[in-house]
Amino acid sequence: MTVKPTGPSIGADEWVAREAARHEHPPGLRGAVERRLARVGWWPRLAIAALLGAAIPQLGLNDFQLQIGINALILATLAVGLNVAVGWAGLLDLGYIAFYGFGAYGFALLSSNQLNAPHGIHFPAYATMPIVMVAAAVLGLLVGLPSRRLIGDYLAIVTLFFGEAFQVFTNNVATSKLGGPNGIFALDPIRGFGARITTNQGYFYLMLILLVATIAVLHLLDTSRTGRAWRAVREDPLAAATMTIPVNRVKLMAFSFGAMVAALTGTVFAAQQTSVFPTDFDTSFLILIYAALILGGVGSIAGAVLGGLVIEVALDGVLRSPTEAGYVFYGLILVTMLARLRPWRRLGAVLSATVGLGFAAHAIVKAISASAVAGGPQSSSWIHAALKYWVIVPATKAGSIPAGFGNVGFAILIAMLIALVQLKGRWRAVLLAPTVYLAACVWEARLIVEPSITRLILLGAILIVVMNARPQGLLGTRRVEII
Amino acid sequence: MRLFVQELINGLTQGSVYALLALGYSMVYGILKLLNFAHGDLYMVGAFIGYFVIQWFGGAAHLDAPVALVVIVMFVLAAGAVGALGVIIERFAYRPLRDAPRIAPLITALGVSFFLENTALLFFGGSYRIYNTSRFISFSTGIHIGVLNVDIVRIMVIVLSVGLMIGLRLIVNRTKLGRQMRAVAADREAAEMLGIDVDFTIAATFFLGSALAGVSGVMAGLVYNSVWNYMGFTAGLYAFTAAVVGGIGSIGGAVLGGLLIGLAQSFIVGYVSSLYTDLIVFGILIAVMLARPTGLLGRAQLQKV
Repeated sequence: MTVKPTGPSIGADEWVAREAARHEHPPGLRGAVERRLARVGWWPRLAIAALLGAAIPQLGLNDFQLQIGINALILATLAVGLNVAVGWAGLLDLGYIAFYGFGAYGFALLSSNQLNAPHGIHFPAYATMPIVMVAAAVLGLLVGLPSRRLIGDYLAIVTLFFGEAFQVFTNNVATSKLGGPNGIFALDPIRGFGARITTNQGYFYLMLILLVATIAVLHLLDTSRTGRAWRAVREDPLAAATMTIPVNRVKLMAFSFGAMVAALTGTVFAAQQTSVFPTDFDTSFLILIYAALILGGVGSIAGAVLGGLVIEVALDGVLRSPTEAGYVFYGLILVTMLARLRPWRRLGAVLSATVGLGFAAHAIVKAISASAVAGGPQSSSWIHAALKYWVIVPATKAGSIPAGFGNVGFAILIAMLIALVQLKGRWRAVLLAPTVYLAACVWEARLIVEPSITRLILLGAILIVVMNARPQGLLGTRRVEII
Repeated sequence: MRLFVQELINGLTQGSVYALLALGYSMVYGILKLLNFAHGDLYMVGAFIGYFVIQWFGGAAHLDAPVALVVIVMFVLAAGAVGALGVIIERFAYRPLRDAPRIAPLITALGVSFFLENTALLFFGGSYRIYNTSRFISFSTGIHIGVLNVDIVRIMVIVLSVGLMIGLRLIVNRTKLGRQMRAVAADREAAEMLGIDVDFTIAATFFLGSALAGVSGVMAGLVYNSVWNYMGFTAGLYAFTAAVVGGIGSIGGAVLGGLLIGLAQSFIVGYVSSLYTDLIVFGILIAVMLARPTGLLGRAQLQKV
């Protein structure tokens, strides 16, 4: 076995090697647009983005679409808050979700009949939000205390347990007050100064204002002494300490700011949903926030917002409906092939081979056994018509589609994808057609039948692929190292 | 007294399972400095493999082969398949990121964990599958003297774990592969310059660690009977706690931590309440971490400037 060199070769510095690429602007129209855009200041950009966001509800969206918009803004705000600890200070905070839950539960207790029976506590929002945020900041300080001694993965595991402890706490402790697994319901909406927000459109604007305000405050922080201190601590705590930066205090501040943003978001979430349950704050949602932050690019506010919007809209807006999920699935395959397959001859060959293979396989299998293709594609609309004589989807006598076929196909598909990554050159092109065809069959036979599981599998796969293709995320340019 | 002995045995059994799982965590962390979140899910895959071996031999109620053979096949198949799965995961998810910032492989590990959990959900559904161990291994076989009641399954789990731990220790300390593993863990670049095949060594480490996870999954299935797709998350969390409490990267530490967490959990369930187990175990973790940030048997590393 030969030893392959890994990493940058000895004597060549990566930063120096990329020197030219950093100063280069692409020529032509694209370069001109980039130069012009680069001249727009940070605040005008934020204003433009906020105005664009404010225009969205005026497009005549229905309540469900507005709900997705609110959720997307919530996820984006959470990602922006997480960015403080993870992206700027380099602290791996896996208990972040608990602060979000803390904010939601705090709002729930102060705006319902739960405490102080029988009338309950019904504070207006302008009182609840600051109380909850200050409490969350204090809690953030307490949870951050271990970060004085623990770094990196050790801190990650302690904070992860804090998140788990929150789950255990809300599920089991003081169930008469916290509701246990049944949660707390019948919460007040956001109200204060004689106004009440009850419509989805109202919550959309509230969340948008909060997101823009959060971004503005965090940007000021980022460019302040504190922000520079965070980055110094992230890059090298020892050097930062010798530069008289109070490392521990700076780390705790990062925890606290993140916690405040999360708690604030939690209050709006609780008010809009008018109820809170422990399951709203479980680890899978934490992974979603991380996915949003990482996808967009750690360390970049714009990246965090973009990641949050993309993930939420993709997961709840698009992938939930089988038809639209089908468009995304086939669209992605097509776009990837169009973008990556060169020369054109090869692209044409692979595409026509895929199409031909499908019709041939369908015809042969149908001649052998009619029931083996009796299922038909499970997509609706024109995709169904287009794929009717192409994909193989078996059906039982009762007309249902056996899950085993799709499961085995899925396992084979993964094996083929692995082989595809391993192979080079011509053999990869040869294997590509059957892989795409199998992917279509598995999609039509199984994945589209279980959209709720499929989107989670896809999320996991996207995380792996994006991290491998672009470890810094879509918009992330800064190098973030967890200390 | 009876309760105490019973909880002691339960704790040792649970602790052995955690210890095996913690060993895998610790080995992977030691060599890659990667917190492999997917490790708990490999344990889940191992448990499912054991379940399907039982079904393959005709189901728990009427096995058509000697019980000993079935059990051996369960363990060997789970170890081999899960070990191979670990190698594949390393090759495709972690190897391309070996020189990336640390957060990238960590998030990839979360992605792998998510992927495995939900693929299992797609394949096997969300309901519990039952091993029904008592149908083919009677509880009455084993040691029953006075207050001491240990069934054969628990004895087997404890003995097998001890054997595997000794075997692993021998591999790491006495063989050429073990020497390579230690060298790569200490300094990957230097090891490479000395002609060690780093890729192979890391793959071998993943195989050993994942195989242990597969074995512990089968053990969990045999002792606790039920398997389902999310079982890996909590077990992985406890096992990682064990590895951290013991001092991550240290084999003795992983075993010590595993037994400690297992015993603590078992005695808390027996004497306090099952509701607060998690909170108390987290409390122990945080206390240990604050008192000894490198774990009980871990050594503080010199900081290089």
